[in-house]
Amino acid sequence: MTVRSRVPFYVFVFLLIAAGIAIATWRHLELGIPWMTGEQRPVWMIEARVDFQGQNSPAEVSLHIPEQPPGFRILTEQAASPGYGFSILDSNSGRRAQWTKRDVAGPQTLYFKAQFVPDEDAIHAPPARKPRALTVFWEEPQATAVRELLSQASERSSSPESMTRELIRLMQPDNRTQNTTLLVSDDNYLQLLVKMLNHAGIAARTADALKLEDARRRQQLVPFLQIYNGKRWLTFDPRTAEQGVPENLLLWRQGSDSLLDVVGGDDSQVSFSMLRQTVPALQLATLESNANGLSVLGFYQLPIEEQSMFRMLLLLPIGALIVAFMRIVIGIRTSGTFMPVLIAVAFVQTTLVPGLIAFLSVVAIGLLLRGYLSSLNLLLVSRISALIILVIFITAGLSIIGYQMGFNTGMTVTFFPMVIIAWTIERMSILWEEEGAREVLVQGSGSLFVAICAYLAMSTPLAGHLTFNFPELHLVILGLILLMGQYTGYKLSELKRFTPMKAYD
Amino acid sequence: MDWISPRRLKKLGMLNMNRRNVDYIARYNDRSSYPLVDNKLKTKLAVSEYGVKTPKLLQVVRQQHEISHFREMAEDLAGFAIKPAKGSGGKGITVITGRDGDDFIKASSAHISVAMLERHLTNILAGLYSLAGTPDVAIVENLVQSSPALARYSFQGVPDIRIVVFQGYPVMAMLRLATTASDGKANLHQGAVGVGLDIGSGQSLNAVQFNRPITLHPDTGLALENIRIEDWENMLEMAARCYEATGLGYMGVDLVVDANEGPLLLELNARPGLAIQMANGCGLLPRLRAIESLKRPHFSPRERALFAMESFARR
Repeated sequence: MTVRSRVPFYVFVFLLIAAGIAIATWRHLELGIPWMTGEQRPVWMIEARVDFQGQNSPAEVSLHIPEQPPGFRILTEQAASPGYGFSILDSNSGRRAQWTKRDVAGPQTLYFKAQFVPDEDAIHAPPARKPRALTVFWEEPQATAVRELLSQASERSSSPESMTRELIRLMQPDNRTQNTTLLVSDDNYLQLLVKMLNHAGIAARTADALKLEDARRRQQLVPFLQIYNGKRWLTFDPRTAEQGVPENLLLWRQGSDSLLDVVGGDDSQVSFSMLRQTVPALQLATLESNANGLSVLGFYQLPIEEQSMFRMLLLLPIGALIVAFMRIVIGIRTSGTFMPVLIAVAFVQTTLVPGLIAFLSVVAIGLLLRGYLSSLNLLLVSRISALIILVIFITAGLSIIGYQMGFNTGMTVTFFPMVIIAWTIERMSILWEEEGAREVLVQGSGSLFVAICAYLAMSTPLAGHLTFNFPELHLVILGLILLMGQYTGYKLSELKRFTPMKAYD
Repeated sequence: MDWISPRRLKKLGMLNMNRRNVDYIARYNDRSSYPLVDNKLKTKLAVSEYGVKTPKLLQVVRQQHEISHFREMAEDLAGFAIKPAKGSGGKGITVITGRDGDDFIKASSAHISVAMLERHLTNILAGLYSLAGTPDVAIVENLVQSSPALARYSFQGVPDIRIVVFQGYPVMAMLRLATTASDGKANLHQGAVGVGLDIGSGQSLNAVQFNRPITLHPDTGLALENIRIEDWENMLEMAARCYEATGLGYMGVDLVVDANEGPLLLELNARPGLAIQMANGCGLLPRLRAIESLKRPHFSPRERALFAMESFARR
């Protein structure tokens, strides 16, 4: 009899809904699960090919592979190299793919494939130890030239970045002075730059990058310059002094000294081919989630069979929501509260029209037979039990007849829940006896209407997608249903029912 | 299609189903009291302690072997009614109005043998008519002899008076008359006529059938305007007493007027319907709110009945 305040209730419902939406949004951002179905994401498939000549001795090939390339995330990695032992080693100087074999002779080819997902905000751990500038010794007359150049560059700059830019500019052929020509020769340009920067007290190193272009083969890495500005490594194009990594540039090697080491082989070389693929965003998310702690919240790790079961189960709340709405707000009378949902689930399996025909024929035949049962004056439990058996007979009969006549759709009858159909027939029949055929028609068509609405909602790809991939959205549905439980307004049907009250207004 | 706007309904104070369920039934009716009204035998025993008369109980058949006593008991009875205690909506009720040799005559003037009646009792015990098929008991009651003043308005069946009682205050009432459409039953949704009654005087107000206003009874052709219920004050007090007996804050009390014994309680309903508002041509909400806002509720059923007669009378 106590009238409790409804404020805590509304706060609770609000929290439920907010939590549902928040978790879903978080997972969308964090795991990249798309809101819509059929969303595609580009993925770069890059293949490194290592060729060398075996020397009839044990061989060990070690290739540097990307660790945290800026602007990308690594999706998959695999090596194809028959007869070789393969492992990926993580060491201080970076990750390396290592192939080993006891006896190697003749030309050898090894492949390493990796898929990269462009990701603007891929997170990169800062270096564990602050890199320090190396000490460099110059001999005269280079030492003077270097000092001269560095002081020029330093004069025109204010920070390690601008210093680097100035230095690169000074070293360009069109700006070259006597000092630079003394230092620069064609093949040592980048090494020289690194040494000079280190000499100036800026930690610098080289990196190798790959220009990403669709369907290119036999590509070589392009050298780049990296400096450490006190917080992180910055990348410069040593030719143009441009700072930063362009979108289509994948840094394959950073931090490690060598790209490829081959022990026990000659003429080693590495080349790259690449392909731009599109992958459904959802598949991408699933693949990534396996490596991610967040996947606990999803169903992707369950066996496929259980997943498809959950796919179905998770649709039920939508049906429940629709039934609640139809009954509470619209005021449609249905026979059996949730019978329409179960029928709708069966429709999802059978598709609508064959399902409707099958359902109507089973119920119609069942009602006829139930008429005979009612004249037997049986007790409720045995009446229902008999009805269940009859319903199974009817569905079996319909399937067989349908099949013999060449309608495969006849078989779909078996998707209907037998017990529910038996109860439906029982209720309809009692209703017929007590309230007449009109009420049977009203409730029967009401149930079918709600079932069809629920079916239409449940069978949209978006509904299946959202309920399965964002199970937390069910909290929102729960909140809405709870809210409806507090709806004390007029039902739509009551506006019709109470129409005669106009006379008393 | 004809519609009425929600705003107009609100102005009329019409109680709707969602609000009835949430704000009244769920709030004022304690679950534990439900068996008291869902079981006619329990209702009978509970209200008798509070001086509310019900049709005289002739026999209770609880066990299969007790059915043999039924034959002896029924030997010298002219009229009686057999009811399943947990039946709902008038299911399984057999009304015997007379005898023809060894056979009994039903209200519909069909003949029925003792063996058939015994079989009917067996069915009741097995739960054929009870909700969810649970085992039941059968009660045999004295036949209600409807007072002629009211009986003439009804086609077959006994006219009954439904009074909605809120926290012990009778708030709205209507007379329910069976018709051919309702097959002798007094259920409004089956086609019985509902005649709104003025709480202040027991005077008829409007009449509806199938939610449509009517002025004449569709079968008997009698005008429904000038019906007046006798002994109205006592009937309201009786209805108010059922509140003490059951503790249900919001319920429907079904009364009949017996020619010999006066008003009798037929049954109680924990979920009374909303059609009573249509029969009365006004909404329940203003009256319910008036009672909810009472600072000092009246203690005796008589005071409550008088208060209601004064407050809710048609002016």
